[in-house]
Order: sequence, then C-alpha cells, then structure tokens
Amino acid sequence: MCHIAPVPAAPDVVVIGAGVVGAACAWHAARAGLRVTVVDRGPVASGTTGAGEGNILVSDKPAGPELELALLSARLWSDLAAELGGFEHHDKGGLVVAASESAHQNLLDTGLGQQAAGVTATPVAPDDLPGYEPHLAGDLAGGMYYPQDAQVQPMLAAARMLADARGHGGAELRTGVQVTGLLRDGERVVGVDTTSGSIPAAAVVNAAGTWGGQVAELAGVHLPVLPRRGFVLVTEPVPVLVRHKVYAAEYVSDVASADAGLHTSPVVEGTDAGPILIGSSRERVGFDRSMPAEILRTLAAAAVRLFPVLARVNVIRAYRGFRPYCPDHLPVIGPDPRAPGLWHACGHEGAGVCLAAATGHVIAASLAGRSTEVDLVPFRPERFG
Amino acid sequence: MSPPPPTFDFDGQAIPFRPGQSVGAALLAAGIRSWRTTRVGGRPRGMFCGIGVCFDCLVIVDGQPNQRACLVPARAETDVRRQEGSGHGNLS
Ligand SMILES: Cc1cc2nc3c(=O)[nH]c(=O)nc-3n(C[C@H](O)[C@H](O)[C@H](O)COP(=O)(O)OP(=O)(O)OC[C@H]3O[C@@H](n4cnc5c(N)ncnc54)[C@H](O)[C@@H]3O)c2cc1C
Ligand code: FES
Repeated sequence: MCHIAPVPAAPDVVVIGAGVVGAACAWHAARAGLRVTVVDRGPVASGTTGAGEGNILVSDKPAGPELELALLSARLWSDLAAELGGFEHHDKGGLVVAASESAHQNLLDTGLGQQAAGVTATPVAPDDLPGYEPHLAGDLAGGMYYPQDAQVQPMLAAARMLADARGHGGAELRTGVQVTGLLRDGERVVGVDTTSGSIPAAAVVNAAGTWGGQVAELAGVHLPVLPRRGFVLVTEPVPVLVRHKVYAAEYVSDVASADAGLHTSPVVEGTDAGPILIGSSRERVGFDRSMPAEILRTLAAAAVRLFPVLARVNVIRAYRGFRPYCPDHLPVIGPDPRAPGLWHACGHEGAGVCLAAATGHVIAASLAGRSTEVDLVPFRPERFG
Repeated sequence: MSPPPPTFDFDGQAIPFRPGQSVGAALLAAGIRSWRTTRVGGRPRGMFCGIGVCFDCLVIVDGQPNQRACLVPARAETDVRRQEGSGHGNLS
C-alpha cells in the first residue's frame, strides 16, 4: 500500500507573531474565511504579550484616532468574551485620581474631549472616592470614573484566540519557527522564509510587536519601532482591596511623553488570582534586561501613596517588558504600499492588548478587500518616510 | 538531667525545637502536619518540598503572613499562627 502525504495547501495569509495582536489578526482572518498560518520564533505569548498587563483603557487616550480604535476594540473584546471567554475579561471600569488641583483640572479637561468622542467619563468628587475604592488615600483632589475600561489576561486571550482559530477556523500554528526572510515576486511579498523552510502565501502580516521594525527590514522598508521598557510589581495574594483599574492622572502625560528618560506613575489593579499588579514605568534603554531596585522602589512607594493599605503587603516578584514604541505613539496598521502583499500590525506601545481586537478586525477586513470600520490613514506604515 | 528544650508559641501551644531547626520541621516533629488553608478551596496545607521552593508551607510568623515555615528558623520568641487563605483577611 502506498501512502501519499497530502501536500498542505498554501495559506492565504501568514501572520508573523503569536502575541495578542497576531492572535487577533489570525482569529479575525480565519473568521473571514481566510486560510491562516501563524509563525512565532518562540511559544505563544513569548514576546511583550507575556510581559505586560492586560488593561483595555479608553480613559488614558485623549480624543483622536487611537481612542477611536480603542472604543471599537473595547466593544470587540466584550463580544469575544461572550463568544469565546476563558481569558478573565472583566468590565471593571477605571478610576483615574488626581493628587493636586492642577492635575484634577487636566483630568476634567481631558474628560470633556473624551466625552465628545463617545467616552463615558463621570467626574468623582473627593468625598465620593471611597464609594468607588474604600482603601484609597483620603487626601486626593478628585477623580474620574470610566465604566468602559476593562481588563483581560493577555496570555490567555492570545492562546484562546489561536486555539479557536485552529479548531474552528482551520488555522495552522507553528511555534519555534523564525521568519528569516520574505519571498518576493518582483515587488510583491509572496510568503516567508523561515528556519523550517519557506511558506508561500498571498499575504503576510507583520505582527512582530517590538521586533516589527526588524521584520519590515526583511522587506527593505523602514518602520521605526523601538523598545520602551516597563516594570510591573506583583504582590502576594490579598482579598479584594482594589476594585477598579486605578491610576494617577499623571499617567496620561507620561504615556504621551516623547523623552527617553524614566517616567513613573502609579497604576494599580487586582487580579483573579489575588495578587495586585503595580506599574508603571517607561524609559527607552534598548533591550536592557537589568532590573534597577530604585525603579521598583519608586513604583512601590507610589502605589502605597494611592493605597496606604499596601504598605502591609509584600511584593513577591517583578518583571519587565519592552513595549513596541513608535515616535508618534500610534500603532502601524494596514497594507504597506512600499511592499505590496505585506500588511503591518505592530508598534502598539503600551496599548497592544487593548487595541488587539480592533487591529485584528480591521486587518482581516483589509486583507479581504473590504472597507475598515475605522480610518487607517493615521496608522499607515509609510508615514515615517 | 538535661534542661527541657526551648519552645515557641503556635496558636497557644508550646512547640519544642532544637537549635537550628526550622519552624516547619519543629511543627512536623510535634505531629502537626498542616498549618494553612488554601485561598480558594480552604484545603489543608503543610510542608511539601521542605527547601523553600513550593510555597506550600506558608504560615504567619510574628504577624507577617506568607512566611515559609521550612525556612524560618525556630526561636523561643517566635510567634507562629495558622494562616487562613491569603493571611491578609484582616486588610479588607
Ligand atoms: C510593563 C508593561 C505593561 C503593559 N501594560 C499594558 C496594558 O495594561 N494594556 C495594554 O493594552 N498593553 C499593555 N502593554 C503593552 C502590550 O503588552 C503590548 O503592546 C502587546 O503585548 C504587543 O503585542 P504584540 O502581539 O504586538 O507583540 P508581542 O507579544 O511581542 O508578539 C510579537 C511576537 O513576534 C515574534 N517574533 C518577532 N520576530 C519574529 C520573527 N522574525 N519570526 C517569528 N516570530 C517573530 C515574537 O517572538 C513575539 O512572540 C504593556 C507592556 C509592558 C511592557
Ligand atoms: S515546603 Fe516548599 S517552600 Fe516550604
């Protein structure tokens, strides 16, 4: 008897990267009827997706294209949680608090712009803060409550989307496979070369996160994606002490800052498992994996300033990740006219989990030649020149 | 006759120990096999790895929860308590 192994049909799309963004692209593309192969040099979520947090925030984004994407994404994450579930999606709401009068005023101003863009933002008087967060410091100037803010467990979210894309969408997942080059037919990108052979495909999606610039380079195009380091402290498990995503108003200006130096602002949230996660720091120091105790101490002190009760809780570990940073703080999403056949879905900085669902949605629409729900012009790959 | 061994207090019970012994080893020697409950299921836990790796043996030492009984050296002045769940129930 003679067995002839079936030659696997070439996929329609190769997605480079099995982080939360690549997973969302694969899920939506498979849902749109495309045959998808996902490749990652490591395991699922081995990049920044496994080294950050999972906040889905509309609160930290001023009115503009990123907010529009975030609003779509928040809705899509809720839909996905209802349909797929299993990734600790919580509509917990966000509470932004201001320590000073001037920060409070900024918060109110930002809120007005956001409200006009469709965000629900409710000012909270100092006396009403304990009703939201009983353990919050008593001397704050006020806050703003954002019911649309939510949270997911990013690694679970990536894994669930990929499992479903494989199970129901017929997608293939190949981990431990590094993309080393792109197949070309003249100008066109027609697949990838990998450490395990080449994979021809009609389209390639660059979802390589912080390494998106390196993948773009394989196509001979420039994408300035740089690492922006951030630390997270993990406490021992505690009962529910922090109910919402809580952070200081200064966080918003830190996120938007262009300077390479260290910025820290307290960001505090509880998790299903019990530990509290404490962020956040931002600095551009390349892929330096060192862990300066001074930064960890600053983060802990700032969290205790917001929640004095945390002074009695131990930090049990800390980790760091490298956000995929673009100079204008916007992700790169869409087809690259400089390399037809190549789509980008990378450079989401500190909002890649938040924006993943919408990114996958618009990438799938674009791959299928349909119009996208949000305008991709602000995210176009060739904008950096 | 040799003097009685030193003891530490475990929820009101005097637990004898030898110098250099860990709190966990002394509890086991006294026939006590579990001194904490898990957070979700309330299941009993005590010593497992015995070398500070598994965090199964957590206990409240001098008011501080989540101390590894297998690592904390026993001393006469040590106050040891059973731990319920996270041990931080008093914070909420
Ligand atoms: C401390 C910290 C806190 C954060 N908090 C939040 C938050 O609360 N909310 C939020 O939305 N975002 C947050 N982020 C940002 C978020 O984690 C990232 O934006 C997001 O994970 C990026 O996902 P990604 O899929 O694009 O990239 P990644 O998860 O990095 O995935 C890219 C993948 O591509 C693979 N890859 C790269 N090159 C190749 C190649 N040549 N061949 C094959 N595979 C390749 C990598 O192995 C990797 O797995 C945080 C980040 C940090 C560091
Ligand atoms: S028994 Fe494993 S850490 Fe103590």
